[in-house]
Amino acid sequence: MALLEVDQLRVEFLTRNGTLTAVDDVSLKIEEGEVLGVVGESGAGKSMTGNAIIGLLEPPGRIAGGEIRLDGQRIDNLPYEKMRKIRGAEIGAIFQDPLTSLNPLYSVGQQLVETIRTHSDVGLAAARSRALELLNEVGIPAASQRIDHFPHQFSGGMRQRVVIALALSANPRLIIADEPTTALDVSIQAQIIALLKRLCRDHGTAVMLVTHDMGVIAETADRVAVMYAGRIAEIGPVADVIKHAKHPYTDGLMGSIPVVGQQTERLAQIEGAMPRLTAIPDGCAFNPRCPKAFDKCRQTRPDPIASGAGEVACWLIEQEAHHG
Amino acid sequence: MVAFIIRRLLQSLIVMFVVALVAFTLFQFVGDPINQLVGVETGLKEREELRQRLGLNDPWIVQFWRFALNAVQGDFGISYQHKRPVTDLIVNRMPATLELSLISALFSLFVGVPMGVYTGLNRNGFLSKIFMTVSLVGISLPTFLIGILLIFVFSVQLGVLPSFGRGEAVLVGSWSTGLLTSSGIKALILPAITLGLFQLTLIMRLVRSEMLEVLRTDYIKFARARGLSNSAVHFGHALKNTLVPVITITGLQLGSIIAFAIITETVFQWPGMGLMFLQAIQNVDIPIMAAYLILIAFFFVVINLIVDILYYVVDPRLRIDPSAAHGHG
Repeated sequence: MALLEVDQLRVEFLTRNGTLTAVDDVSLKIEEGEVLGVVGESGAGKSMTGNAIIGLLEPPGRIAGGEIRLDGQRIDNLPYEKMRKIRGAEIGAIFQDPLTSLNPLYSVGQQLVETIRTHSDVGLAAARSRALELLNEVGIPAASQRIDHFPHQFSGGMRQRVVIALALSANPRLIIADEPTTALDVSIQAQIIALLKRLCRDHGTAVMLVTHDMGVIAETADRVAVMYAGRIAEIGPVADVIKHAKHPYTDGLMGSIPVVGQQTERLAQIEGAMPRLTAIPDGCAFNPRCPKAFDKCRQTRPDPIASGAGEVACWLIEQEAHHG
Repeated sequence: MVAFIIRRLLQSLIVMFVVALVAFTLFQFVGDPINQLVGVETGLKEREELRQRLGLNDPWIVQFWRFALNAVQGDFGISYQHKRPVTDLIVNRMPATLELSLISALFSLFVGVPMGVYTGLNRNGFLSKIFMTVSLVGISLPTFLIGILLIFVFSVQLGVLPSFGRGEAVLVGSWSTGLLTSSGIKALILPAITLGLFQLTLIMRLVRSEMLEVLRTDYIKFARARGLSNSAVHFGHALKNTLVPVITITGLQLGSIIAFAIITETVFQWPGMGLMFLQAIQNVDIPIMAAYLILIAFFFVVINLIVDILYYVVDPRLRIDPSAAHGHG
């Protein structure tokens, strides 16, 4: 049994102009200790999926269908208090902006101690020494002094390290990292990703890494899910998806990564833009931009079809299967 | 920190000097105090003598200088009307006003903050909507009308609370307090509510909007994602972050409460400084008016100083610590 199973998850927003579907029949699995990358453009539903898993969808967003299971137990319909005990303890989270993720009025030590004591019955002194241990582990220099410093006394990269320490403080089995490096300098990004990767491997923590950086995925993830307009376009082992993309969208994404040292007049891009949630076309949501679209793509929506070690939501795959 | 406080105290001296100057200039236009002091049958010659004796014939700059020199030594002159030192009069009246102001400030704070938190957390709740609607009344009704309405209901109709006066006061040292007798406490209820109602609604609406703002921040979402309990998130993390504006407004409002106690004191015939000031205006009692205005300026200055110090206590970002080097990641 997988650690986390998301089964046909559907997230909707009730607005004045009707219901918007931000996440549409998304199914994925994360095994114990596995790193699943989730990529896609802004608005593809990556963060929404993450928020739904930790039960922190902000109203008017809500889970309208599907199931989320941790160890086979449903967690999407738990009462707030029960879900609260899972958050932090079983499923941790790291958000995009380390500058705003920490409460400015408490020292990092206070925030760590509070989190540790929320999830385990330890005394103040024990919690503090555990906090110090965590700060050392995430590579905060002179941690014994820094523990009493306030967030504004740390740089962006250091704050993200503190955030990682906080997310790991109760030893969760899964961490949802929602664009953990987007707000950081490029040079810091690599350090943070390496740190996250090392810590999760050491602790055996699974990670759902939400990002729009294919490079980060290639380096870090075991498997990758490509999302487009609220649906999974392609999911599979990272090497397969990157080297032999089957969905034309994934193919386009890979093609648009510039290669260092190669002279090009124009950078490759996918024509057009992702549709708004209010105007998702019939059939495959990608069909207006797809160079290989045919009639069926404009009429019927493809569901993920098993292909190799992964799944692809594209009629081309079905066609190939018929011909082959 | 100490240097900061000393600097602020020096600034406050300048503020008070300017207030005194402005007040004194205005007093040249409020009427002739001699007319209030003597009867109609007093001759011109006697009036002139009195004018000379009180120093009212000197140029106002001379009068001001004389006043300022004495004021620095704590001597605000003799009240024209009461024929007693102004300092004594004020010291007599101050406890009544300060007790009233303090109790209404505490009332508005201890009722307003919880109501603000509640309406912020349960934005669409039925009770929240009632609070918000009722608070409109508190904001839009003038103080004297609220006072009169309360008197009508609780004193005239129900007859449970006194409509005027301060009840029995006992002396604690040189401070006359009404807080130790049951009649004093009963008499305090209506004026305190009247005076505090506007501040209460203001604080409630402020806390509510600040809570709504803070609850949307990333650190609240992250606090929830760490599984912290609701009360820790709401009070430890959210409420504390709303405190800086709340402290500012509460501080400023405490000053206004003391200053605007005039109206409430008039409605309830509360024997405080405000009532005395109003009578002084009617009688062109310049020494009392001047002393009162300077005292109010002093209160404002002190409260602002306390507010500034509280910022440092609440918000670590304001504590400038040269030894803490910024880390590099």
